[in-house]
Amino acid sequence: MSAATETPKATGAMTYLEAISDALREEMRADQTVICMGEDIGAFGGAFKVTDGFIEEFGASRVIDTPLAENAIIGAAVGAAVEGLRPVCEMQFADFIACGFDQLVNVAAKLHYRQGVAVPMVIRLPSGGGFSGGPFHSQNPEAWLLQAPGLKVVAPATAADAKGLLTSAIRDPNPVCFLEHKGLYRSVKDEVPGGEHTVPIGKAKVVREGSEVSVIAYGSSVHLALKAADDLGGDVEVLDLRSLCPLDVDAILATARKTGKVLVAHEATRSCGVGAEVAALISQHAFEDLDAPVRRLTAPDVPIPFSPPLEQAVLPQLEDMKEALDDLSSY
Amino acid sequence: MMRTNGAVASEPAPAAKPAEPGRLNHEDRAALLRYMAMMRAAEERGLTLYRQGKIPGSFYDGCGQEAISVGSAFTLGPRDRMCILHRDLGAHFVRGVTPDRYLANYMGREGGLTGGRDGNMHFGDRKLGCVGMVSMLPDMALVATGMALAFKARGEARVAMTYFGEGSTANGQWHEAMNMAGVSRLPVVFILENNGFAYSTPNELEFAVDPVERARTYGFPGVSVDGNDVEAVFEASQIAVERAREGGGPTLIECRTMRMHGHGAHDDMSYVPEGLHEEWAKRDPIDLYAKRLVAEHGFTEDEVETIRRDVTQYVTECAERALASPMPDPGNATRGVFATDFEPLGDGQAPWSHWQGRNGHNGSRGQA
Repeated sequence: MSAATETPKATGAMTYLEAISDALREEMRADQTVICMGEDIGAFGGAFKVTDGFIEEFGASRVIDTPLAENAIIGAAVGAAVEGLRPVCEMQFADFIACGFDQLVNVAAKLHYRQGVAVPMVIRLPSGGGFSGGPFHSQNPEAWLLQAPGLKVVAPATAADAKGLLTSAIRDPNPVCFLEHKGLYRSVKDEVPGGEHTVPIGKAKVVREGSEVSVIAYGSSVHLALKAADDLGGDVEVLDLRSLCPLDVDAILATARKTGKVLVAHEATRSCGVGAEVAALISQHAFEDLDAPVRRLTAPDVPIPFSPPLEQAVLPQLEDMKEALDDLSSY
Repeated sequence: MMRTNGAVASEPAPAAKPAEPGRLNHEDRAALLRYMAMMRAAEERGLTLYRQGKIPGSFYDGCGQEAISVGSAFTLGPRDRMCILHRDLGAHFVRGVTPDRYLANYMGREGGLTGGRDGNMHFGDRKLGCVGMVSMLPDMALVATGMALAFKARGEARVAMTYFGEGSTANGQWHEAMNMAGVSRLPVVFILENNGFAYSTPNELEFAVDPVERARTYGFPGVSVDGNDVEAVFEASQIAVERAREGGGPTLIECRTMRMHGHGAHDDMSYVPEGLHEEWAKRDPIDLYAKRLVAEHGFTEDEVETIRRDVTQYVTECAERALASPMPDPGNATRGVFATDFEPLGDGQAPWSHWQGRNGHNGSRGQA
């Protein structure tokens, strides 16, 4: 983590984790109203060390170690936000958003619609499995959030997007849920612009051009799709959604119309998930362009189990992605 | 600890520290009476509109609790902030909301504070420094705590004040708010309205220890006052607000009172023990204060009657304005989910004479 404490001024390779730290640090340096709140984020630097060194640089009044109380973190952040601060809340694990859900969906999400009160805050959600975290440290709660109008939801797959989307989230006048996949923290490393770097919320990105079949994915599934496409050597297009709310409907329909075959992939459970929404949009607006039914590659509707063989059976694996792509290509 | 749903009506609370000479002048006392009477008159008018079928949903009021919101909100300066709850209409009026906007909101009209987006008491005027409540209780205790966190982080001598009923002290978020406020010694004043019942649930089924006693376990004072005595509420609140403003941290003030109407207009209150309402009716906060103004503070009977009559007339005019407000355009239903800009909260009205010429405001703007 020592590398993350130096601010690069030019483009350089950074891990996904370092990029998140970098965005947060840049914004805190540039804007005195940005504060961090969460459990163990101060002297300890956070469970994953995203805020390592922050309390030394910004002090305890801007890097606030809170009691173990998620509704308090989010509720107090709402109060601070309406008073002009820009709180960035860390849920130690995304799973714990359940404990702060009331403040998030009933207070933060609805304040602007009900009363015209803008709530500029970010909720960082370390999500995802693959490391035997078990049912309470592995969840991907995006579908819960997407049913609460008033929340923006982003889920970057690359270090550059992690930095750019977090910067945009902090500057957004709405509550933004920032899903950071724990499995990408140290496994993903890519070129990240130094200094100020923003990525617009609501814009997907084609990360691999192709014409035979499309994979629409986000977070960890983007990497699975890219690896599978490389391994198969097929003519696969990969669209990284990056933002889940608002969804980039134009980009979704564009790739569907281009290839006519779509696989929607995510690590979150299947029913009523992002894949269901994307499939519904495509079937309604690009039905005539389809050459195959839209397929989904997701976790089944079960909790994430602990033991490695059980967890691997539940989370989409590279072989599952290849198989799904093969099936779709040969349809 | 006395239980409100017992025989407490005949046992007045220990007298709060009397107001220092000059702390409340003649105009201040007239204003306290006026705001309480305005709350009563506006809610009576609202109940009529509900019974006439002009208010959708149900109707919720704070009849009998007027002294609490008026006496506490009256202490605040313009730059202080509030989260106001459903028995606390008087606090909205003190801060500058007018009854026409309140009644229009209840009727779901365009001219209501939320333009029809939300109903009953779920509103706050952000331009007057208030973030309105949600139905989940006591969620706003945490929002007020967060406002106080911002004040402290910026080193500002400002205070957040919020309300909750004794019922919501059973919820975990109450603990989260008290604990966070206590740990960080935040400038927040919690007003606990113990009105005897959480909907139909009496105190003895709500908690084993009166919540005001829990305050010290969070590291700050808890005081209990007669919630039907507006000057007692004012005095306790003023001490708490001053303490918070000076960096002394939070205070929990229990105001003991009785909810004289049902939880909502649909509630027949069959669970209230016989005779309890009659006992408390003898201690009506508005009647008590009107008598006290004459007996102790140099008001004439005529002056007091004029205040009450003028308020009734004013509320009647406000009701006409509310009724003249159109229903909202259905096309607005899908707009405004997201903000495009951040706009800070505005300052509230601060009618207490103490605030005249202070904090950049004379505190008298828009007073009804």
